[in-house]
Amino acid sequence: MMRLGPAGRRIALLLGCLLATATPWAGAAENAVDFEDRVIRMVLPQEPPQLDSSKATDQVSTRVLGHVMEALTRFDGQGRLVPGVAERWEIRRDGATFWLREDARWSDGSPVTAADFVFSWRHAVDPKTASEYAFILQGIENAEEISQGEAQITSLGVSAPEPRRLEVRFSRALAYFDKLVAFATFYPLKESFYRARDGRYGADAEDMLFNGPFVIERWDHGARLEMAKNPHYWDRDNIYLNRIEFPYITADTNAALNLFKDNRIILAGLDSETMENALDQRWRIERFNDGSAWYIEFNHREGRLTQNWHLRRALALSFDTYEFINRVIGTPGNLPGLSLYPSYLQGAKQRLLQEIPPPEPVTDWTLARSHLEKAMAELGLTEPPELVLLTGNSPTANKQAEFLQTLWKDALGLTVRIDRQIFKQRLAKMTAGDFDLVAAGWGPDYLDPLTFGDLFASWNLNNRGRYANPALDACVRDAQNSVDPEARVRAFGCIQRILLDDHAIIPTYERGQIYVIHPAVKGAIRRQTSPDPDLARAWLEQP
Amino acid sequence: MSAYTPRPEDFAPLGAQDAAPVLVRPSLSYWADARARLLRNPRAVGSLALLALLGLFTTVGPLFWTVDPSTQNLDRISEPPNLSAEALLIDRGQRWPGVEAEGWPSAPDPAWLASPTRTALDAPEGLSVVGTPHTWSVRLRWSPVENAAGYQIYRNRYRPTALNELGLPLGDRWSGAEVSYEDALALEPGVYWYSVTATDGLRESPHFQTLRVEVERALPLNAARKAGLLAPGDGEPGQRLSLPAHPLGTDYLGRDMLSRLMHGARTSLFIGLLAPLLYVLFGTAYGAAAGFFGGRADAVLMRLADFVVALPFLLFMILFRVASGVEAGESGITAILVAMVLLLWPATARLVRGQILQIREEGYVQAARLLGAPQRYLIFRHMIPNTLGVILVTLTFAIPTAIFTEAFLSFIGMGVAPPTPSWGSMCFEGLKSMLNSPHELFFPALMISLTVLAFNLLGDGLRDALDARMRARE
Amino acid sequence: MGRYAIKRIIQGLITIWFIATATFAAMHAVPGDPLSNEKATTEAIRKNLEARYGLDRPVFPDQYFIFLGNMAKGDFGLSFTQQNRRVNDIILDAFPVSAQLGVLAIAFAAIGGVLLGAFTALKRNRWPDVTVMLAVILGISVPSFVFAALGQLALVNANDALGFTLLPVAGWGELSHMIMPAVVLGLSTLAFLTRLMRSSMLEVLTADYIRTARAKGVSEGGIFWRHALRNASLPVITVLGPAIAAITTGGFVVELVFAIPGLGRAFVEAVQQLDYTLIMGTTVFYGSFLVFMVIVVDLIYGLIDPRVRLA
Repeated sequence: MMRLGPAGRRIALLLGCLLATATPWAGAAENAVDFEDRVIRMVLPQEPPQLDSSKATDQVSTRVLGHVMEALTRFDGQGRLVPGVAERWEIRRDGATFWLREDARWSDGSPVTAADFVFSWRHAVDPKTASEYAFILQGIENAEEISQGEAQITSLGVSAPEPRRLEVRFSRALAYFDKLVAFATFYPLKESFYRARDGRYGADAEDMLFNGPFVIERWDHGARLEMAKNPHYWDRDNIYLNRIEFPYITADTNAALNLFKDNRIILAGLDSETMENALDQRWRIERFNDGSAWYIEFNHREGRLTQNWHLRRALALSFDTYEFINRVIGTPGNLPGLSLYPSYLQGAKQRLLQEIPPPEPVTDWTLARSHLEKAMAELGLTEPPELVLLTGNSPTANKQAEFLQTLWKDALGLTVRIDRQIFKQRLAKMTAGDFDLVAAGWGPDYLDPLTFGDLFASWNLNNRGRYANPALDACVRDAQNSVDPEARVRAFGCIQRILLDDHAIIPTYERGQIYVIHPAVKGAIRRQTSPDPDLARAWLEQP
Repeated sequence: MSAYTPRPEDFAPLGAQDAAPVLVRPSLSYWADARARLLRNPRAVGSLALLALLGLFTTVGPLFWTVDPSTQNLDRISEPPNLSAEALLIDRGQRWPGVEAEGWPSAPDPAWLASPTRTALDAPEGLSVVGTPHTWSVRLRWSPVENAAGYQIYRNRYRPTALNELGLPLGDRWSGAEVSYEDALALEPGVYWYSVTATDGLRESPHFQTLRVEVERALPLNAARKAGLLAPGDGEPGQRLSLPAHPLGTDYLGRDMLSRLMHGARTSLFIGLLAPLLYVLFGTAYGAAAGFFGGRADAVLMRLADFVVALPFLLFMILFRVASGVEAGESGITAILVAMVLLLWPATARLVRGQILQIREEGYVQAARLLGAPQRYLIFRHMIPNTLGVILVTLTFAIPTAIFTEAFLSFIGMGVAPPTPSWGSMCFEGLKSMLNSPHELFFPALMISLTVLAFNLLGDGLRDALDARMRARE
Repeated sequence: MGRYAIKRIIQGLITIWFIATATFAAMHAVPGDPLSNEKATTEAIRKNLEARYGLDRPVFPDQYFIFLGNMAKGDFGLSFTQQNRRVNDIILDAFPVSAQLGVLAIAFAAIGGVLLGAFTALKRNRWPDVTVMLAVILGISVPSFVFAALGQLALVNANDALGFTLLPVAGWGELSHMIMPAVVLGLSTLAFLTRLMRSSMLEVLTADYIRTARAKGVSEGGIFWRHALRNASLPVITVLGPAIAAITTGGFVVELVFAIPGLGRAFVEAVQQLDYTLIMGTTVFYGSFLVFMVIVVDLIYGLIDPRVRLA
């Protein structure tokens, strides 16, 4: 027998206290699916920075918000627009009207009124709120002026003449406004509640009010988040699940796969490294297009070598998008980068890219070299120039940058220097124009081609390469101001043609993702816009 | 213990002696003795041999193994260790346009689609391979299915027997008339099982057709010529070519692991050796100054050291690494080096100061001082030789810490920037693919472990060898 | 004693000021912009964001003294990434997690190290000693992230083979979540302590009082538990202080791999996002914690050990 001395006893006491603070040993085994109580469990890739819908910008926040809030309209599992808080609506050239349903309720039981939308939208454009998504309201009367601090927030073109009628006035045509309002920035906020939280709205579960299918019941920051069915939600009869829990917060794909294997979570994303492992487990592997288009952006600022068209063409001609998706990325579901527009976008009648087919990309190193020689002659260089490729610090970014570096060395004898930076430093360098090439991607905010189409307009602040082309700007204006679907498709075609002919960017790929999902979970929706994945209307079937 | 029985001789008186007894063992200097004892320690000798091998590996190795560590080979991604490989030469002609079933409707009859009693679609018949399947392309075709709006193509490594075993969802066809698919997704030599299902646009049919395909390694002619495996104009499609060996396999871009390990060793050992050397030297000078001058200077100097010691090491390491703002094309090695030196010197400084203070009070130093020895003599004759042992041991144990720190920084994405390889960053990259290609993690981790092990054992041996108490005990 | 304590505390405060200043300087030397985001913002919005975080004022002296002033009040300000949350709240949430993990890891390392060290000393140069010491030397030669990944992998395979969950592979909340991370985290300290304990035990076993005890007829078990183990553990206890510091900051890797919401992970994420306030808060908090621990340990030594003169 071991007898403990005074020190030993103290240590034992300390350990005892420690054990006591931890909840009992493996209390209830938290399986991925609880059929009896209708609970599913998932992993969140990171802690939601905040859940104030007027300020939310990232995918995790909008994913959580998408389960607990409801906008005027929403998208169903087939990607069709269906009524949300609004029962019906009407989009005109100069404005829109939304008629709100009678039984829409906040989680405190009070009705959701048009005034809640007016407050929320005004709040979002208010420069004092400093919402990064204020730009998404542009097109509503005075939105731009207000966010510049040049007009009163009450002058925003939105009003509530009746509690259940919302009137919107446009400063330019917004043909896609009904799709746009499904976005998180357009969720309602209840003014009295919002003001009572005194700047803490969205910081904790009790600092929020919900009008969606679920409510957040528990939010332990950085550790877990739990949602429970909202008893006041108007469509509660079509909500099967009682709870959605996120007991894990990690971005590590290996950890997520291990949790899935361990029957702890219902869904895990796969990458080229974990893919084989999933195959060995005999799981059904699903694939979906996550909506983002990826490309290499050139710096078009004055004095940059990449201003030269021949140089850009040389770089583009040496790149083979098929080799890139098949061998460098190496996971199924990625589509070749043919255009700025991803393939799922809808045109007037068919898919957009069927109506304006982009040219098949050409890979020709000999031709590329001749363009490089022309570029060198124009630039007065005797040797191939050195270029800086700005990139992030994730393993994927490293791999792609290393591939491109060697590719251009082999094809053109160009030296590419990799500038690897952490997220915010990369953004700062992109904004400052401190790069020649940067690997970038864009995900849609709303399901209209314009979310991609206006990206390279000279006035768009997200145009980090500062590409400026009056012809392209004119096409963007056409697409913005027109309500005729055919005319808009023509404008989108014009934008695509100019970008590709001018090699303003090199499209690299259209991202697809693969994942595994618990076989009992049905009706999980993966989509290109937030919330993704959407499990609000999922149900369980015993295998 | 055996008892000693005294004999009468023991009590006989001693005669007069001519000379003092001759010393049979020559006097050993401190260092000669230490060296002798170090060399008697088998583990220390082993570690020295290991370090010598590592040194050869990094310096002489690249002279013999001349593969360029940055040459990518997308045909041979994440290959396990091998000594030879063979490839079929191919001509990468035009992209395959695919096969279209002529006159076949692209979408099902709407009336049929609307009927609630419609049955699941049949499995596509006649699944077959077009041309030779190889690692650059496997071309499949099948017969169209009635009422199909499209097809899904899957691939697996084993024969699927159920729907959940179809494997990777490679792609889809959004027309009932498009009845072919070209797969080029990360193909490796070996056997694949392809499956095709039909979909009516709303639901995917549970019936599938499977085909076994043996894929051969291939190499496009122009790639072979570019890599110098063929003379220009040489070779013909259909010929076989033997490829260079990768004794330790390849990484995620098909680069040679052995060569990358050799070059990575330069980074890791550069940081691992130079950083400790610099901060131990600085710490020694600093500590010696403080200890020697004493008094107010000592107080001020040691206060500053206390401040630096209080900085949480890893947190500041990360902060400094980020703050240094590594520019394009730089590896960031200097930044890591500087950060380590800035943060780690005080431990040595404290240790050396303590030693100096102690030695200063020793009788032999006092005696030397009383005899009028100059400062310089005191420092070089007594202080330095007597602290050198401690410093040497500190240095040896500091090397593993530096190597680990570099690896840790790589682990959180703040290590040396690509394309510079380092063992730490190779480990980190290998970690992700640990299950599929363990060699990508195993070899760099082994290199780190061997190096650290060698320095730890050497440190142990040095400590024992330099310990004056051990000397007295023998 | 009182005067000594006051002196030490004042010294500690100065050290904390130094840490704060060094952090502030390093932080503001970092190139990049914490307010930039994937979506570019207009000038007006940016100005308001800057005002909200006080970035519109000059870095020195304004921002510096505001930072020091708030720090003195124990307020690290609003987080940049987890907007609407105070850094204090984030630290209060995350630190106990790291501390719990750290204490468990230390307990595992100390108990395991003492027992293994004593055991190997008793079996000196026989096969158990050789095996354990070989494992120990391997333990300090493998990077911690390799251990963490292997540990997680081992759990997955064990759960798979057993058909039930022996231990969860990641996450936090129950004691079962803590076992594997604590083992991984404590492993290198355990190896270190085993080596220390072994040599200390070897020395003790040849000491006079052990021979005396044996001569008195104390049983071998009694000698081991009562005399040898206790005396040999003394050096282990003295190095526990630095070990605690090493383990609390060494939790980064383990927290990342096992998805543990601790302070280490919060820090790494904050750095990626350039969350100024969270970075400064975490660093100053950790630094202060360590400084404070050292002072407490010193004072306790002074109380316990009469040989340490406190002036």
